[in-house]
Amino acid sequence: MFGNILIWFVIIPVLMMAGLGVCRNSSMAAIRAVMVIGSTILLALAIWLCVDFLALRGAGVDDEMLFTGSWMWYAPLNIHLAVGVDGISVLMLLLSAVIVFAGTFASWKINPLPKNFFLWFALLSTGVFGFFISIDMFTMFMFYEVALIPMYLLIGVWGTGRKEYSAMKLTLMLMGGSAFLMLGLLGIYWHSAPAGGELTWNILEIARNNAVDPSWQNLLFCFTFVGFGVLGAMFPFHTWSPDGHACAPTAVSMLHAGVLMKLGGYGCFRIAIYLLPAAANELAWIFIILTGISVVYGAFSACVQTDLKYINAYSSVSHCGMVLFALLMLNQTAMTGAILQMLSHGLMTALFFALIGMIYGRTHTRDIREMGGLMQIMPYLGVCYMIAGFASLGLPGLSGFVAEMTIFFGAWEDADMFHRAFVVAATCSIVITAVYILRVVGKLLLGKVHDEHHLQLTDATWFERFSTVTLIVCIAGIGFFPNWINETIQHSFLPIIHALQNAI
Amino acid sequence: MGITLPILILAMPFFMFLLLGLGGVKMSRKVAGVLGILGMGTTMTLAYIVAFTYFFSGDAAFIIDGVRQQFQVFDVTWLAFTERLVVKIGFLLDPISAMMLVVITTISFMVHLYSWGYMESERGFQRYYAFLNLFSFSMLGLVVATNIFQMYIFWELVGVSSFLLIGFFYRLPSAVSASKKAFIVTRFADLGFLLGILTLTFFTDTFNFVDMTSNPMNVLAQTGGATFMGASVLTWAMVLIFTGGMGKSAMLPLHIWLPDAMEGPTPVSALIHAATMVVAGVYLVARMFPVYCVVEASMTFITVVGAITAFYAAVVACTQIDIKRVLAFSTISQIAFMMVSLGVARDGMPGGEHYSGLGYMAGMFHLFTHAMFKALLFLGAGALIHAVHSNDYTKMGGLRKYMPITHWTFLIGCLAIAGIPPFSGFFSKDEMLAAMFNNNWIWGAWMTMVAGLTAFYMFRLYFLIFWWEENPNYKHHRPHDAPWQMSLPLIILAAVSVVAGFIPFGELVTWNGVSYHIHLEAPVAVTSIIVALCAIALAAKMYMRKNTLPEKFRKAMPGLWTAAHHRFYWDELYIFITHKIIFGIICSAIAWFDRHVIDATMDGFAKVTQKVSFAIRGLQGGNVQAYVLWYFFGAVALALITWICLL
Repeated sequence: MFGNILIWFVIIPVLMMAGLGVCRNSSMAAIRAVMVIGSTILLALAIWLCVDFLALRGAGVDDEMLFTGSWMWYAPLNIHLAVGVDGISVLMLLLSAVIVFAGTFASWKINPLPKNFFLWFALLSTGVFGFFISIDMFTMFMFYEVALIPMYLLIGVWGTGRKEYSAMKLTLMLMGGSAFLMLGLLGIYWHSAPAGGELTWNILEIARNNAVDPSWQNLLFCFTFVGFGVLGAMFPFHTWSPDGHACAPTAVSMLHAGVLMKLGGYGCFRIAIYLLPAAANELAWIFIILTGISVVYGAFSACVQTDLKYINAYSSVSHCGMVLFALLMLNQTAMTGAILQMLSHGLMTALFFALIGMIYGRTHTRDIREMGGLMQIMPYLGVCYMIAGFASLGLPGLSGFVAEMTIFFGAWEDADMFHRAFVVAATCSIVITAVYILRVVGKLLLGKVHDEHHLQLTDATWFERFSTVTLIVCIAGIGFFPNWINETIQHSFLPIIHALQNAI
Repeated sequence: MGITLPILILAMPFFMFLLLGLGGVKMSRKVAGVLGILGMGTTMTLAYIVAFTYFFSGDAAFIIDGVRQQFQVFDVTWLAFTERLVVKIGFLLDPISAMMLVVITTISFMVHLYSWGYMESERGFQRYYAFLNLFSFSMLGLVVATNIFQMYIFWELVGVSSFLLIGFFYRLPSAVSASKKAFIVTRFADLGFLLGILTLTFFTDTFNFVDMTSNPMNVLAQTGGATFMGASVLTWAMVLIFTGGMGKSAMLPLHIWLPDAMEGPTPVSALIHAATMVVAGVYLVARMFPVYCVVEASMTFITVVGAITAFYAAVVACTQIDIKRVLAFSTISQIAFMMVSLGVARDGMPGGEHYSGLGYMAGMFHLFTHAMFKALLFLGAGALIHAVHSNDYTKMGGLRKYMPITHWTFLIGCLAIAGIPPFSGFFSKDEMLAAMFNNNWIWGAWMTMVAGLTAFYMFRLYFLIFWWEENPNYKHHRPHDAPWQMSLPLIILAAVSVVAGFIPFGELVTWNGVSYHIHLEAPVAVTSIIVALCAIALAAKMYMRKNTLPEKFRKAMPGLWTAAHHRFYWDELYIFITHKIIFGIICSAIAWFDRHVIDATMDGFAKVTQKVSFAIRGLQGGNVQAYVLWYFFGAVALALITWICLL
């Protein structure tokens, strides 16, 4: 069992928690040491996995999932701890590792109770990594919940503003989604053995048998897609996102917008679309309408917000809406674009939230009306913010452009008027995005210094620079050399595309 | 040709951008300036070598039987959307890209040199050079694009470098809003471009220019006669693609960003907003020219947009006070001239072989000459602003004695743009007008009138700056010519503006690579010279010596003057639409809806749950008597149900 590399993605965070457990709250150095070592190992492991994966694929290993392993966990319900990764999961693991790494440095001076903060933070990471390595629906769901619960405490204790309200709202809404999801997963489980035999939670087996009865698929599709969609900030279930993000501490915002929201998109294609392809073909249009609304609606809402975090939260609604929107186009190119958008949005939003945290830590406000001309005072942070903004509005050479273009070109393949109309609406978001990004950049960074007191503020410290540079390098890396990622993702979508085509 | 030189042409400015951008903080101004100039000088040399090799080496890769070929130096895969739609990054050498390499690197080098003097005392000198290099890189990448998607990539990059340079003085709110405006307006236009690319490539299955333009009828066939809202899909695609060009080239109604873009440093205006980036739209149409040719409606569209814009901008230019704005509107008008010229060009026109694609050649010719003399005029304006510290001609007047170099070079620029022989503008403008007359006399007459207006407003500007009445402030602060870094580019560009008309352009740049001889159309030439001379004479009469004639004119038609001075209220219209409608109504309504309807519903669920819990919590009050009572009733109820069921 321990010979499987994937298991270590869960074990290491658990070990980190154990390590943190023996530290005391006052010994900041020890806590940081545990976190830095742990997150560095995770990052190294993710890179190694990625290289190894690409090497195996290059060598012609053509299985759907690699590094698979399965261990019986609870026999009466046939629940396994089943792991395995394809190209998409590998990239998601890499993304998570990068953001956990950057998040550790971004919360270098967390106060109060650093030990407890990082304990929950590590637990959240455990859930995230566990989710991406699982191919058993039950363990997947379990890790999903493990990732959600720490959110409540992280926001409720370390947050700012109306934190108790927001923490409660976020948790309840996501739990509501989970309830739908549980129903959907149970439904799939009960229909996983149509010809008799043992019921299974294993995604690959269910997909291979094309098991779920078409008459049941529509209902189950709605349950699972809505369940995951809540986490993916799908209209009208997105309202936890602005409040939740606004109140969350920096690293939590980073991890939440950067990785946790991706769980939604990932679940949507891995379970809802892959296991229920007939329903996906039939019902996609409903969700195209909802996600299409998300894309434009989020962007318009972001235009008039004055709180930096609200702006980025609504921006996330728009960008994550684009992820689900692209997945629902049900063709390889658009779906590949969706994954690229997940990666891009993850990195970029993590950068945004990190920078907002750093700016807030200095100015003690997030209201853009109370700031101005910060570029003169903290040029490093200003430039980083602009880069994040450019990535967000889709500047070539940064990741956002690659993702958006892949989505648009993929989505354009459906030639009927319904799809075309929604794609045109979605492309309009690139203009609206430019509007709200430049509005913020203009007010926050450029122009005259708004508050004399801000002149005393200092620019980024070394750990802040480290955190931001890590993210920027990844963003530019995807933007400059997108094709290897693109190919990896495209290849991984083949089984799903086949499933969809067979179901027509 | 090996791939080393072309790669270096692209890599050099990008490398300098990274070097100056990342390491600039630690460099002294001098080091940064010298590095920037040397870097661009090298790029220019390389570009010259490549262009001259292309035009004059006679290599079989470049010219076969007198027909210039399109040669892809390299073309590497960047991103594969599908198996067929693959984005590549490459380097295409053909007449127009080779010409543009020369134009861009020359002007960019001149601007680098000039800025050394002009920007010397500005904060962020290193950053300025870094941005200039980023721009040069993007613009070079744009012109050598082998495919329309590569062009779109670099199109966006020039947009952002333009944004960065317009907003270079980022402490000034006016510069910030001007840069924002430029970016958003062009971004909006790029949305059209993107939709156009999507539509076009959906049918062609390729991004590659050569594949599309070498057989335009095939493109037409691939669309299979599909129509949308009464027009063929190909028309839609080509018009949408042209929308992108309208944004970058500041065609009506997307022109509003260019006058504001003058908030940027003046050398930037010369490089980006006069010579290179703003002609990207013209270049785009030229690049896709054969495909445009098969869609008559799109060509008409281009011609009409160009003709209206040319006239509009020329009228507005007559009433502006800020000298850079006069030049900005002049740029808009001249670019529109090129657009009309492209719009009237066809493969196979009446009047014989000579007229086939004449407008194309003339448009490119004018692009070349205009880049030189307009950069000259802008750099001259920079020298003036440097000397009197104001953009308004009201603060100038009588400067010819104080700034002789600026005066003479500026005059050459004005003569060139007015179309007086033997200056370069005359030759290119004559070819353009000939092409227009050949298509339809209406276009020719209309554009001759615009040419007359051009001569008028340029000489109005010239006389108001250098003649009119001397500003009394000169006694306190004596204006003088600029330092050599600034004067040298002026002199070089002036020299080019004088001689560029004699370049046998027709033998170098034609739409199909077949060279032909330029010959002057005597009637057209004579007419345009007479119109220009009359306009200059009128300008001299009105503005040479201080008099009340201009005031009388203004009083005679106050409505027209005010409207033209306010640029016919386009900005006000846009501000109304964006601020009042989009921000004030749409965005605010959506934000309100989100908080008060969607979120309130979600909160409502929570509140209802809470209310219900409060309402029924009395049932669990811990009161044993109540429990017994409920137990009793429950037991009775169950007994009843059981009884009924068994019945």
